[in-house]
Amino acid sequence: MKVPPALRQWTGVLALGLALALPSGDALARKKDKDKEAAAETPYPSTYKPYPGRPTALVGATVYDGRGGRIDNGTLLFENGKLVAVGGSDLAVPDGYTRIDAAGKFVTPGVIDAHSHLGDYPSPSVDALADGNEATSPTTPEVWAEHSVWPQDPGFTRALTNGGVTSLMVLPGSANLMGGRSVTLKNVPSLTVQGMKFPGAPYSLKMACGENPKRVYGSKGQKPSTRMGNFAVDRQTWLDAKKYAKDEERDRDLANETLVGVLDGDILVQNHCYRADEMALVIDMAKEMGYKVAAFHHAVEAYKIGDLLKQNDICAAVWADWYGFKMEAYDAIPENAALLQKQGVCVIIHSDSANGIQRLNQEAAKAQADGRRIGIDIPDAEVVSWFTYNPAKAMGVADRTGSLETGKMADVVLWNGNPLSVYTRPEKVWIDGALMYDALDPKRRPVSDFELGQPGEGDVK
Amino acid sequence: MKRLSTVAAALAGVAALGLPSLSSAQDFAITNATLAIGDGSAPIKGSTVVVRGGKVIAAGAGVTVPAGVEAIDGSGKWVTPGIFATYTDLGLFDVQEVSESDDRGSDQAPFNAALDVAPAINPANEHIAVSREGGVTRASVTPFNGNSIFAGQGALIDLGADPEAVTKARAFQVVALGEGGAKLAGGSRVAAHVALRNALREARDVAAMAQGADRQSDAMLTRADAAALGPVIAGTQPLYVEVERAADIRSVLSLKREFPKLDLVLVGASEGWLVANEIAAAGVPVIATALNDLPAQFDRIAATQSNVGRMKRAGVKVAIGMLANDNQPRYAPQEAGNLVALNKIPGASGLSWGEALAAITSIPAAISGMDGRNGHMRAGVLAPGAVGDVVVWDGDPLELSSAPLEVWIDGVKQPLDNHQSRLKERYKDLDRTYLPKAYDW
Repeated sequence: MKVPPALRQWTGVLALGLALALPSGDALARKKDKDKEAAAETPYPSTYKPYPGRPTALVGATVYDGRGGRIDNGTLLFENGKLVAVGGSDLAVPDGYTRIDAAGKFVTPGVIDAHSHLGDYPSPSVDALADGNEATSPTTPEVWAEHSVWPQDPGFTRALTNGGVTSLMVLPGSANLMGGRSVTLKNVPSLTVQGMKFPGAPYSLKMACGENPKRVYGSKGQKPSTRMGNFAVDRQTWLDAKKYAKDEERDRDLANETLVGVLDGDILVQNHCYRADEMALVIDMAKEMGYKVAAFHHAVEAYKIGDLLKQNDICAAVWADWYGFKMEAYDAIPENAALLQKQGVCVIIHSDSANGIQRLNQEAAKAQADGRRIGIDIPDAEVVSWFTYNPAKAMGVADRTGSLETGKMADVVLWNGNPLSVYTRPEKVWIDGALMYDALDPKRRPVSDFELGQPGEGDVK
Repeated sequence: MKRLSTVAAALAGVAALGLPSLSSAQDFAITNATLAIGDGSAPIKGSTVVVRGGKVIAAGAGVTVPAGVEAIDGSGKWVTPGIFATYTDLGLFDVQEVSESDDRGSDQAPFNAALDVAPAINPANEHIAVSREGGVTRASVTPFNGNSIFAGQGALIDLGADPEAVTKARAFQVVALGEGGAKLAGGSRVAAHVALRNALREARDVAAMAQGADRQSDAMLTRADAAALGPVIAGTQPLYVEVERAADIRSVLSLKREFPKLDLVLVGASEGWLVANEIAAAGVPVIATALNDLPAQFDRIAATQSNVGRMKRAGVKVAIGMLANDNQPRYAPQEAGNLVALNKIPGASGLSWGEALAAITSIPAAISGMDGRNGHMRAGVLAPGAVGDVVVWDGDPLELSSAPLEVWIDGVKQPLDNHQSRLKERYKDLDRTYLPKAYDW
C-alpha cells in the first residue's frame, strides 16, 4: 500500500480497528488491490506545475521557520522551486542568485488556511455561484469540493496579496454530517481547479456535528433533527461503509469509496465541532468505527478539553475570538488558542472566511496577546506555526510545505515588518519559488477574469 | 405587564449586584502617559488627562493635576478616549442564531419607520460587557431591516455597567437602498426609490395635517410610520442610508434636491472612493467598513481597503463603523490599525495614526451629533468639556498585542469582567481531581 509520508502518522492508529473490521480472503484482497490501482490513477489529477522562478536569496531578515525556530539576520536561499538553505548571516549567497536585501523585514513560510470555502462560496456571493453545501442529504461523502471550485473567485487573489496565503484547503460546508471531500490547493491563479490542486495532497472528509446538520434536516422534517440523531446517522453510515468494504461483489459507490478511504487511512477527517462534550463523543465514535480525526474545526470550546485533544493527537483549528453568533459558540473565549498551546495541542488559526483568510497572521497575534495576559508566554516563532506548519500537518502536506526547511517547497512570504503587527503586510509572496505577488510591482498582482474591465480592476484592494 | 415586571426585576437585580451608578463618578488624572486625543492629532508622550465631575477638564503635555484630584501614574501606558462604535447591534441580541434572543430585525411587524430600538436595549447584555472590556465606551445601535426599506430608529448608548444605557433614543432613521433595499421594496432599485419618495411625501402630508384629520385613503404607510418620518423630513433626525454602489450613492445625494432639509449619512459606501468628490461637496458624512475589499455583491465591485483613505483625502468626514453581526465592536482598533498599514503599500491610501484613531472615536461621535455643538454632549475626544470616557491601554491601542487595562465612562471606573473572562479563569487549568469544574467559581 503506497501511502504518502504525511499519512503514515495516522495509519498506526488505524491498524487495530482495521484488523477487526476487514476479513481476509484472496478474492477480497484482489478486489482491494484493483481498487487501489484505480485510486492510484486519481481522477481529475493535478496539472499544477510550478511557475518559473529565479534563484533567490533573502538576506538579513528575521526568519521564522514555521516550526518554532527563529533566525535573526537570517538568509534564505531557494532555487528551482525548492528551499536550498536556511541560515544565519554566515550563509553565503551563491553566484547566480538574485539577492534581496531583507534587513528590517521578516520571512515566514507561506501562510496556510486549513478551512476555506473560496471558490465554493466565491465573490460575488450570489446563488448562482453558491456551491459549497450539497444540502439535499445529511450524508454526502460522494461529493468533492473541487467540482464546485470557481477558479476565478477574486477571493483567491486577496488571500494571496493581503494574507500571504500560498496553500489552502477548500472544504464543503457544514450543512451535512458528512459534507464530502475537501481539496487542497496551491493559491495560484488558474483556469481550472486541476491547475491549482496541490500535487499529491491527501483528500479529507469534511464532517460536522452539532447545530447545523440537525437544523438543516430537522427543519425539513427529516432525520437528523437532534444531536442524538446526528450520531445515529453517522454511526449507521459508517457501519454501512464497513459492510461495503467487505463486500466481494460490490459495485463502485462514490459515497462508500470516500468512507472506505477514511477507514483505510488514506483520507483524513476534518470535523467541524464547537462544543467540548460533542468533541469527546466524536472521539469515541472515531474509536468505535476505526478512524481518526485529524482536526476539529471551529473548536471554540477546545480549551475545556485540551488534555483530551493532546492525548488523542488531534489538532484544534480555531478563530482568535469569534463568539456569540450561534448557541454552540456561546462559550468561545479569546484565550482558547493559548490555553491549547499550553496543553501541547497542535493549534491552527483558520479562517472560514474570505475576509479572515487575509489576516490569519493578525488573528494569531491577537490570540497570542490574549494568552500573554493570563501568563502564557508563547514566542512569536511558535505563534507563526499556527498559520503555517500546523495547518500543513492537519492537511497532510507538512512533509512538503508549511516550514522553511531544505528541500521543501519554496512557499515563502517576505513581510514588510513583523507579521504579528497590525502595521505589516506581505511585500512579496513566492509559491514554489515563483514570485506570485510583489507589493512594489503593480503588474505582479493577479486580476481574475471576473474583475477585468470592471471598476477597480487591478487596484491595490 | 408580565414582561414589564420582569424587566423591572432584572434591573433591580443589577442594582443589587452593586454595579456603579453615575453618582460614583470620580475625579482622577492619569499622568505621564502617551496621550492620544482622538481629534486626528498624533499621540503625545509624557502627557496628562484630568477628569472631574464626569467630564474631561484638561488633556495634554504640561497639564498640572489640580489639588484634590487623584493622580494615577500612566508611565509606559497609552491613554485614549473611549472607542465610539458606530452602527452596531449592541444590546439587541444574545445569540444571533437564537431568534428568540434577537431583537434586531422585525420582519413580521406591521411597522417599520416607527420602530424604535431604545426600549429593547439590554444594558446587562454580554456583548456590551465584552465590548466594554475592549475599550468601547459608546455606540450607536441600529435596527436591522425587517420587511421594509425602513429599518426604524436607532439609539445612542453608553456602555457603562449601570441600568442607564440609552443616552439618546430615536437618534436616527435607517433606510436601505441599493441591493438590500431593492429586494425589500419588491424586487428592484426602481421600487425602492419610489417607496422612499412616497414615504417621505406621506410623512410631509401627515406633518402638515391638522390634529385628528383624516389621511388620504390611498396612504400606504401606517400613521405611526408616517409620523416617525416627520423629523427626517424636517431635518431634525438624520437619515442613515445604506448604500454601496457609486451610482446608488449619486442617486442618494440627489435626494437633497427634492428634500433639501434631509440630514443624510451614508452607511456602507464601498464604492464611495469613486464618487468621493461629490460626497465631499454634498457635505454628507460616511460610515464605512474599513477592510471590505471583495466584490462580495454586484453593488460593490470596486471595493478596496483604500476606500476610507481615499474618501478622507477628498475631504469626506468618514468613520469606521458597521460593527454589527460578526464584525465585533472590539475589532475597531484593529481595523483602524490596518488602514495605517496601507501607508506602506504603493498605490494604496491609508490613514495616519491620528486619523485612524479619530475614525473610531471623534468622527463617529460627531456623526452621531456628539460633537459638543448646539449644547450637545461631546464624546470621542479628550478635550475640555467632553464626557469622561477614558481608556488606559497597555500599549499602542491600534496594535494587535494591546488591550485596555482600565476603562472609565462618564468618569466612572468600569468593571471589565464578563462571561468570557469567567470562563477563562475557570479553565486556566484543567484539574478536575477533587471536584468538577462547576464548583470552581
